[in-house]
Amino acid sequence: MTECKNHFYKLLDSITLKPAFITSIPVMTGYCSVGFAFGLLVVSTGYPWFLALIMPLFIYAGAAQFLALSFFTNNTSFVEIIITTFLLNARHMVYGISMLNKYKHASHFKPYLIFSLTDETYAILTSVKIPDNINNKRFYFYVSFLNQLYWIMGCICGAFFGNIFAFNTKGLDFALTALFVVILIDQYKTSTSKIPFAIAFICSVIAYFLSIKYMLLISIFLSMAILFFFRRFITNNDSR
Amino acid sequence: MTHAKIYIAIGIIGVITFFTRLFPFVFLKKNPGPAIEFFEKNIPPMIMLILVVYCLKEINWVVVPFGIPEILCIILTSILHIWKGNSILSIFSGTILYMLLIQSGIII
Repeated sequence: MTECKNHFYKLLDSITLKPAFITSIPVMTGYCSVGFAFGLLVVSTGYPWFLALIMPLFIYAGAAQFLALSFFTNNTSFVEIIITTFLLNARHMVYGISMLNKYKHASHFKPYLIFSLTDETYAILTSVKIPDNINNKRFYFYVSFLNQLYWIMGCICGAFFGNIFAFNTKGLDFALTALFVVILIDQYKTSTSKIPFAIAFICSVIAYFLSIKYMLLISIFLSMAILFFFRRFITNNDSR
Repeated sequence: MTHAKIYIAIGIIGVITFFTRLFPFVFLKKNPGPAIEFFEKNIPPMIMLILVVYCLKEINWVVVPFGIPEILCIILTSILHIWKGNSILSIFSGTILYMLLIQSGIII
């Protein structure tokens, strides 16, 4: 019992919590507002409010959660959900590579740190300079945990607000489109080869005309096949 | 989707999301090969572009308003994002303009 209590106090270490909180403030503003929009969308599309609790709790990925709502409404097949979610989140595989060393000695924090490695958490944890007197793994844990807390709070607040004030939310789902446009622009700025963008655009237009119902699957596989065949060309283009 | 299917879908999406985050810690202890690096680098931009087109799939391009609200709001979001680089500002401005456009009836 006392051991458990000591462990709890060790977890609540205010010397580490303070800089972790300050580091997480930019994410707080973003997560609260985007989470709010998500929660609002959940109830306004007619889903129960607790989806705005269990989704940020268990999925905890902005784009995937928004996309999940459109899966629910379109009655998308599980196969399509699996493939699309996997490829949408495939960028996380890249994030992990640069966290391998940072999280090496994180012991019992490690599973949660990996679970909560979102775009924003990755961005601040790779750029922040941790003061010398601070326990790194606990700092990582606090920042990750606070970020998920903001996201959950935003989602729930949005759901409650949407339930209490019945206002016209028609068009709110454009937030998903805008989110993807923003990520797309960021990726366009940082990518060395622009050819994948052209491939993806042509493939998605072809898939749109072939079958709107299966356009995600068709465009993903078509573009990956073309990417694979043109890989030599794209790599050469990179090194130029 | 039925409620039971929604909960299964949430479980699936949660597991897959965790798997993508876990992947390098389990499989890529050493440096990844150039082939994996190539796909890791180029697939995310392709998926994002496909998803933008996917979001526009319900638009009827030959009937009023010809997808004009969507195009206008994507342009606003893009300009703001290229100019200011603030994701929240870009997303919210685009969404609010879109809601105004389709709720007010300015564009039928």
